[in-house]
Amino acid sequence: MSEHRLDARRLLCPLPVIRCQDAVAKLRPGDTLVIVCTDPGAKHDIPAWCRVNGHDVLSIEEQQDEIIVTVQVGDAD
Amino acid sequence: MSEVRKAVALISGGLDSLLAARVMQEQGIHVEGINFFTGFCVEGHTHAIRKKDRARPKRNNALWVAEQLGIKLHIIDIIEEYKDVVINPKHGYGANLNPCLDCKVFMVHKAKEWIEANGFDFIVTGEVIGQRPKSQRKDTMPIIAAESGAEDLLLRPLCAKNLPPTLPEREGWVDREKLYDFEGRTRKPQMALARQFGLEDYAQPAGGCCFLTDANYSKKLADLWQARGERRYEIDDIMLLKVGRHIRPRPHFKLIVGREDGENKFLEGYRKQFTHLFTTSHNGPLVLLDGEAGEDDLELAARVTARYSQGRNAEQVDVEVHPLDGEVRTFSVRPLGGSEIPADWHL
Ligand code: SF4
Repeated sequence: MSEHRLDARRLLCPLPVIRCQDAVAKLRPGDTLVIVCTDPGAKHDIPAWCRVNGHDVLSIEEQQDEIIVTVQVGDAD
Repeated sequence: MSEVRKAVALISGGLDSLLAARVMQEQGIHVEGINFFTGFCVEGHTHAIRKKDRARPKRNNALWVAEQLGIKLHIIDIIEEYKDVVINPKHGYGANLNPCLDCKVFMVHKAKEWIEANGFDFIVTGEVIGQRPKSQRKDTMPIIAAESGAEDLLLRPLCAKNLPPTLPEREGWVDREKLYDFEGRTRKPQMALARQFGLEDYAQPAGGCCFLTDANYSKKLADLWQARGERRYEIDDIMLLKVGRHIRPRPHFKLIVGREDGENKFLEGYRKQFTHLFTTSHNGPLVLLDGEAGEDDLELAARVTARYSQGRNAEQVDVEVHPLDGEVRTFSVRPLGGSEIPADWHL
């Protein structure tokens, strides 16, 4: 299991979701991905994307203008 | 038991594609969704930028639909390839710069590539004959199927009964009798079907799914092409067309003026790519200058910047100008009066 980071700052939705999706596709179940975004829409869209695609959101933190979402990759079907 | 067939549904976030996918699920088909991001999609951008809207960002309708259906959603970035669709649409534009028919052909074509790469059997869309005057007509349906290369792997469950049987119907993967024959501009059959499925709170049908159907947006894009002398754009260009006040005082440059804090903040992210200006003696907007500007132009830009600052009625306003390659300078200028900005400068 490994931890990865993704800088999605300044990207507008749905680009943070797309970058997250593309990054997750290269990871293995159990890996975590920390995504740093500035579009507040990501707070809703990344968790929604995770719900429909079977991944877990471990945490959502806000630091000033940044939103940091940690995703754990779920098991492949 | 026979093998479960798999379909990918083009999910726009609207009701029709939601229903089309749902109808397939009713028939035991495994459905996953695909959604394309062209850069022009109306998904919450300006909401994310404007401060007053940040508190309640708009939901992503395609993701919402996928959740309602309990299906996976694949969002595909087609920004680069889509440029050719917008710039050279074989079938032309709709009322504005919306190349709807070419856009549909392109998206179905991408879906065809996707099913081939992912081992799916066919493609589903929420198209309805006659729903849109330009792109959803009886004669455009076969054009989309043929030009996309999808041919009879493209099934439109909401109007399939009015079209020749597709492969999934002929093979018995889906029962044609349980498909629909919706036609025309009315939304009543869709709403009735939504009720039947117990669906509420779906996105209301609007004029179109992207900014290219918007007259003001298209006007700004046309202006950009004219000013550059060629039909070309980058993702930053089309994002910036959604933000701020766009003013073109001279053919060779335009100004993008932030209208409030959220927009100013967003524009700040572009400071390294553009000559930019802001007032120092008064509170005011951040202004990006797109194009070429000589000495007189910079002064004019400074006067426009001052006009949109809190010093608009002052005798003199200090404006800091940061040229892209050059030294930072301060201009002390008299703000332009409202009547000194001709209406046709506003894009
Ligand atoms: S409205 Fe925009 S996204 Fe929708 S079909 Fe037309 S061009 Fe394509």
